[in-house]
Order: sequence, then structure tokens, then C-alpha cells
Amino acid sequence: MPGRDPLRFRLNGHPAEVPCEPARILLDLLREDLGLTGTKRGCDLGTCGCCTVLVDGRPTLSCLTLARLVEGLSVDTIEGVSPPQGLSPLQRAFVDLGATQCGFCTPGFVMTATALLARHPHPDRTEIERAIAGNLCRCTGYTKIVEAIEAASREGA
Amino acid sequence: MAAESSPYRLLGRSIPYIEGPLKVTGRAEYTDDIRRPGMLVGRLLRSPWPHARLKSIDVRAARAHPGVFAVLTGEKYPTPFGVLPITHDETAIAVGKARYIGDIIAAVAAVDERTAEAALALVRADVEPLPEYSDPRVGVTKVPEPIHARGLQGSNIQKEVIQHFGDVDGAFAHAAYTARVRGVFAGVTHAFTEPMATIAEATPDGRLTVWSATQVPHYLHRSLSEVLGLPMHRIRVIKPEVGGGFGGKSDPLPHEIVCAALAIESGRPVKILFDREDVFYTNHGRHPTQNDVRIATDADGNITAYDIEALIDGGAWSSFGTVTTYYNGVLAMGPYRVPNFRYKGRRVYTTKPPSGAMRAHGGTNIRYSIEVALDELAEAMRQDPFDLRARNALPPNSRTINEFRITSTSFLKCLAAARAASGWDQKFRRMPFGRGVGLGCGFYISGSNSPIHFTPKMPQSTVHLKVDMDGGIAVHSMQADIGQGSNTLLAAIVAEVLGADLERVHVQRVDSDVSPIDLGSYSSRVTFMMGNAARAAAEELKGHLVRGASEILECAPEEIEVGHERFGVRGRPERSVPFLEALHRAMERTGALTASGAYQTRPIGGTFKGARAGTAPAYSFAAYVAEVRVDVETGEYRVEKIWAAFDCGRPLNRLAVEGQIQGSIHMGLGQVMGETMSYRGSRLFNPSLLEYKIPMPQQMPEVEILLVGEDDPEGPFGAKEAGEGPLIATLPAVGNALYDAIGVRFTELPITPDRVLRGLDLRAKEARAWKGA
Repeated sequence: MPGRDPLRFRLNGHPAEVPCEPARILLDLLREDLGLTGTKRGCDLGTCGCCTVLVDGRPTLSCLTLARLVEGLSVDTIEGVSPPQGLSPLQRAFVDLGATQCGFCTPGFVMTATALLARHPHPDRTEIERAIAGNLCRCTGYTKIVEAIEAASREGA
Repeated sequence: MAAESSPYRLLGRSIPYIEGPLKVTGRAEYTDDIRRPGMLVGRLLRSPWPHARLKSIDVRAARAHPGVFAVLTGEKYPTPFGVLPITHDETAIAVGKARYIGDIIAAVAAVDERTAEAALALVRADVEPLPEYSDPRVGVTKVPEPIHARGLQGSNIQKEVIQHFGDVDGAFAHAAYTARVRGVFAGVTHAFTEPMATIAEATPDGRLTVWSATQVPHYLHRSLSEVLGLPMHRIRVIKPEVGGGFGGKSDPLPHEIVCAALAIESGRPVKILFDREDVFYTNHGRHPTQNDVRIATDADGNITAYDIEALIDGGAWSSFGTVTTYYNGVLAMGPYRVPNFRYKGRRVYTTKPPSGAMRAHGGTNIRYSIEVALDELAEAMRQDPFDLRARNALPPNSRTINEFRITSTSFLKCLAAARAASGWDQKFRRMPFGRGVGLGCGFYISGSNSPIHFTPKMPQSTVHLKVDMDGGIAVHSMQADIGQGSNTLLAAIVAEVLGADLERVHVQRVDSDVSPIDLGSYSSRVTFMMGNAARAAAEELKGHLVRGASEILECAPEEIEVGHERFGVRGRPERSVPFLEALHRAMERTGALTASGAYQTRPIGGTFKGARAGTAPAYSFAAYVAEVRVDVETGEYRVEKIWAAFDCGRPLNRLAVEGQIQGSIHMGLGQVMGETMSYRGSRLFNPSLLEYKIPMPQQMPEVEILLVGEDDPEGPFGAKEAGEGPLIATLPAVGNALYDAIGVRFTELPITPDRVLRGLDLRAKEARAWKGA
């Protein structure tokens, strides 16, 4: 019977095998079952982007994703893209340039921007704005977020 | 940005937020990230009726449902509360009546969300529907069933303010020019990204611990004590990271008290986490408002009088409403001289989600109407809008007619900077049809001079420092960082005074067991008040370290000067000791060193009724120019650039000041361009971020920030507020720019594309003649 078998996928680079009901939402699985609270719950409706994770490298709203859909796929969360010590160049740029204020949207932006820079290392401003259009921020007016992504992209050059 | 020049080592420069590394890695801990052993889920049953008498609520089936640990209705904790001591009209759960769709009528704590929802579905309420009052105009006279018994003379009026200074009728009788703007403003809401969340745990030692996403831990602490009947010292309030507030988390909120009550009833930790709909129904956003502003001037354009009325839609509770009602009048008293002033403001209860304090509370809607009226006056008298404003600027070290004390103001410098940087003189009334520039100005309090609670008398902010032999400086204060960077500023001020590296300073999480009281994040008070308290505490600690250094260096303490991580003898660079050596010497007799600093406002303002409203130890000033481009086919428009000249005194952390201005402009643009709490009757039709749209990255204009302030005499290191005032000027700058672009006056917000098209249709012929197009 589907759902009785454990869910198998790659989580932050490691194989994972967890019990998972058919209706379990990926965000709940990550936050509640696995304790990965870096991924934030902002709306549960796919409107704010705070819960963005990468599924096979693509930004995905974990609040709208059935956990069973990631069977056999690879899921990266903010915990997975953060180095064991220090910060990634993108994270460093967010800190140095003040791209995080209250910080609640920040993990989602970092995930979206990580994916953007992975497939497109030197995006222009319009491409950055388009990429982050699914992530809401109420503190920064986006200005410093765009600047941080630009800075990280120059760093990666 | 201007080059970062500052006489200070840290302050005045760009200081990245100290908790930034935790936030960018998902390691910062918000309330919903906390888990307690055996924790239950609390859920709320909300009223589907806008106004109803609760005849009985039967919770027997819910209570008997397996997995349910506690069920509550209003009767158990009926003590009224509210953020203002004079208007306690809320209860944790509705008692006797439900007053809006969304009012809490029952609550359960259960093993999980599904069980809690199932139990709520078993609650049976027997109700008698009562009249719905969605229009504040209806509620200003006696009504059959007032929403609250305390409504003025059987009406739904929660607060009426009438003020009159000078001779307004005389001024209008002799006016050379007059203008009148009747503004209509939709309600807007904060739309912070973190939904409200609270965890409460009652322990067998008789204590209650509450973790909550709050901007004002102290008022929550007081309200918990009042409603639950527990002394404050048995309650511990902890503020984890807060994912934005903007005023929406500044009231003590019913669910916070309900969560604590459920924890007491069940004996287990309980978490209440809001979904987005809960957040929208809780609201406390900016009030839907209608105002009527008349301005008179003499022949030269000197303002001679304001005559203002405001009708403010309060929703179901008072919240900050008494303050709102005053602010919609008295925050008109700057940035211009107003020799005669009359105001009648009424805030009316309606059967809608409560409105409350939202960034630039009380100063935003009135400012829009005034600035649009000034734009009309400038046109009528053929003066440049900048010249008209400059001639009326409040001078420094002056008093307004309602006895506000004005100390520092760089408003004239704001005007000059915005005019020059924007190229105004080449653009205003000179751009092709569909493009235009507009000027809007701003004025806001830098902290409320009167704390909300007057008893017992105590400082508005207190900061404690502790340093032990490890050399780390622990800082305690109940100031509430909600993302604006107040923790960083607190650390930077301490480090600046002590000459210490920033990483020595550890700002502790707000915890009422150990944090001395600061009144929290509202009224743009934190930099000014906490900053002064932090400076005082650090100066006291410095005294100990200086004595330690002087003993080692064998000189008088007066000869010691603070260097970077060193203390030295003035004029003798070869004679100095490192920070730690001075510290260890200073500790020999006492062990760990502690210090405390406090800030208390001094009495200012008049003595008439309501005189305290709007008094502040300092005020911020702003002059913004917006440039817009309108698509006259679709009515869509783009704000292409904003030149934001702002006087926050000395900016202490440029990164934070810029961030506050950019974020304020984003929020101001949301209100002027499209955000609306969309009601049909009392029903909210857009309680989600899908339907309530905040501006996207593509809608943000380029923002050029011009920080022109001079040191404020009482602000810490010369600083004033930059958290709320920067929002205000955004709205009228855009409204006036649209007039310049297409010749249409917009007095109803938001200015949506369909309103632009309607305006263009109505004014098509005139607009063509006017632009000579």
C-alpha cells in the first residue's frame, strides 16, 4: 500500500529514509518530522516563498509539495547549502550588504538565489528580479537583496 | 550614497547586523522553531458572524473528544485588557458578544492539529445575530445595539478629539488662498512574513513561561498578569527572533493570552501558530480613514490655518485607537508652521477586524491630504512647491501652537537636497504628458514622550551590562529587535564607548527574568531611548575600566583615554594597557563588573487635555521627490525613481538607515499604488498574500537616499528615528507626481490603474489643454 513504505530521497546530499503518510506536505516533513526549521512557514499557500527548497536543484515551494513527490529525488534546504563553518559567498553578501532584516524570508531568498547562480552565474538585474519574484520580503524593499545577489555573482566570477 | 565619514570608530558607518549569519543560514530561532516536550497544539474557533450575542456555547463534545486536553470559552478569563490602560475593551476570548468575523469564541489544546480542528468542529454556539456596522458614518450617532457599551452616548464612537488653537475662522475669512482635500484611504495591513506564534508552558513551580513573536514584550507581560491573575514575577516572557512587525505585533494580542490560559488548563506546553488568514483577521493595520483638510494662506503663501476633520474606521476594538485619533490631527503640526489649528477627529468602532498601529501610525493619511493640498496651493499661487514649503518650514528650537517642542530640524536641507538631486527645476511641469515629478514631505515622532503606562513611574528604557574575566560583554535590555537592527545598534554603542571590538558584545535574547524593562519597538522610539540608555550604561562600565587602567599606568583616571581595545594616557601613546588587562585589574575587588543605564523622557508639552499626544523628544523630517511614468492606455504607472532626503539626525548605522528607508518606501508604495483590505460590508475578501498584493521587486523604483541631518542635541550620538518617518513622504510624492504627469488629482487611495483611467477619462479635455498637448 502506498504510503506504508518509507519515503526515500536524498536530503542535503545524504540518503534519507523516513516514514511518510501519503498526504504529508514536504514543508511539514522537513520542519516537524526532521527538525529542519531553517525552512520557514509563511503562508502555507505558495504565496510568500519563505518555504523555498531545491528539488533536483530547482526552487520549489515546499508548502505546496506532497512529500511523496520527492521520492528518489534530491532535496536541498538552507541547512544543506550552508557550509559547516562560515558562510557561502552568497550568504556572506547577504550579511555584508544588509540584505536580511527580520530574516524570516531570508532562507527562501538564499535558496532561490543559490539556484539562480548555479544555472546562470552572471544574471543581470532584470534576471535577478524575475528569479526572486516568487519570494516576498516586507522589510528591505528588495533593494539590498538584489545588490547582494549581484555582489555574489561578481564574487563567483 | 554619500561617503561614510564619521568621527566615531563604529557609529556612523555601515555595520552589518550581528545576527545576520544566523539568519542567512536558517539558524536564527523564531517562535515556531521552538519545540517543548509534550507540546500541544492550540487552535482557535473564530466567529463567522460580524456581530452576535453569544447565548450559549456548548463545548461538552469538544472536551470529550479523544486527544483534547483543554477547551476554553470566554467566561474563564473575562478580565478586559488592551494596549492602552484607558481603553481596556478586549477579552482573551469573546464574552457575551462576538464583534467581528474572526473574533475568537473558543479555543482548544489537543495532541495535534487534526484533533484540535476536529474538536473545534464539535463546538455548538447558540447565537442571536445583531446589527452589522461596517460603515463608520453610520456609527457616529446613537445606534440600536452599540458594538461596545463604552461607545460615546450610545453611538459606536470609540474616541472623539476636538482641538482648537488660535482663530481658524478668522484666518480663513482673511485668507488669500485656500485649498481643500477630502481624502479617502483604504485600510492596509502590515503583511510581515512571519505569522504570529506563541508558546506557553506552566510549570509545577507555579511559573508560566511565554515565548511570543511580539514587538513589545513588556506590554504582553503586563496583560498576561492582568488577565490571568498572576503576579508579573511569576510570568516569564521570552521574545525569540521576530519575523517583522511594523506595528502588527505591538498590541498584546488575545491569542497570546489564550495560549497561556490553555497551558495553565492543560498543564502541558501549548503552541498557537497562526495561518495567514488568522493574521489578516487579527489585522491591527492602518485604519480606513476619511479626512477633510482645509488650508488657508496669506497672499505670499504663508500658512495661516489648518482645519481638519477625520473619520477613522476602528474595527472591533480600541487597540491604539485613542492615540490614532489624536495623531490624525496633531501630527499635522509639522514640518510647517501652523499658527491657527482646528481638529475634529472621531474613531468609530465597526464590526470589522480591528485596526491599530502600523508603521508611521497616525501620520500617513493626514500627511497625504496636506501635501496634496499644498501642491494645489502652490499651483494656485504660481509658486514652486519647494518654495512654498521652504517658506513655511518650522524653525529649529521652536514651539508649535499646540506646544510641541521642536529642537533639531534639517527640513530646509532636506528640501534643498531633494530639489537639487532630482533635477526638479528641469522636470517639474516640463516633462511630456504621462511623465511627471512630485514632492511630498514628512514629519514623525522620534519616540513618544509619554510611555503608555505611567504607573509605576520608571524609565522608558534600561540597559544592563555584565563583563567577567573572559572579556565578553553581556547586554540585557527588553528592547525588541524585530529586524530593524536594534540589537546591532545596542552592541555598537556599547563597543563604541568602550573602544571594544564589536564581537566582544553579546546582546542577550529578551527574557523578562533577566532583561531590564524597555518599552519595546513602537513609536520609532528604540534608537533614541535605548540608545541613550546603552550609552549611559557603557559610560558607567567605562568608568570601572578606566580606573583599572589608571592603577596600572599610575596616573589619574582623568588622564586615561579610550583607544581601540586599549586604554592609554592622553598624549602619551607609548603608555597604554590592553582592554583585558584593564578589565582584570578593575575586577580585583568586585569580580564580574556590572553597569546599568536608563533613559527617561523629561516632561514637555502643554497641559491641556490631550497635550501629551504627539510630544516627542525629537522629530524626523523628510522631503521626497518621486518621478512617475504613466501608461495612459492601461492606467498602469511606474514609479521610476525616488529621491529620499531624510533628517534622522546622525545616522548611526548607515546600512540600517538605508534599509529602513528602502523598506519604508516599499511599504508606502504598496499603500499608494494598490494595497487594500478589501471589505464587502464587514467581510474581508482578501485575507491572503495572493489577493492582498504587496509590491514585487520589479515595482521597486531606484531610491537615492540623501541623509542630511545634523546632530540632535538629545539623541544618542546625535541620532533620531529612521524606522517609520521614511514611509510618510512616499505617498504624497507619488500622488503629486501623477498630477504633474497627467493632470489628475487623486484623493482616494490606493491609486489603482482603473482609478487612473477613470481620472484620465474625466479630465481628458482639461488635461490636454493644461499640458498644451
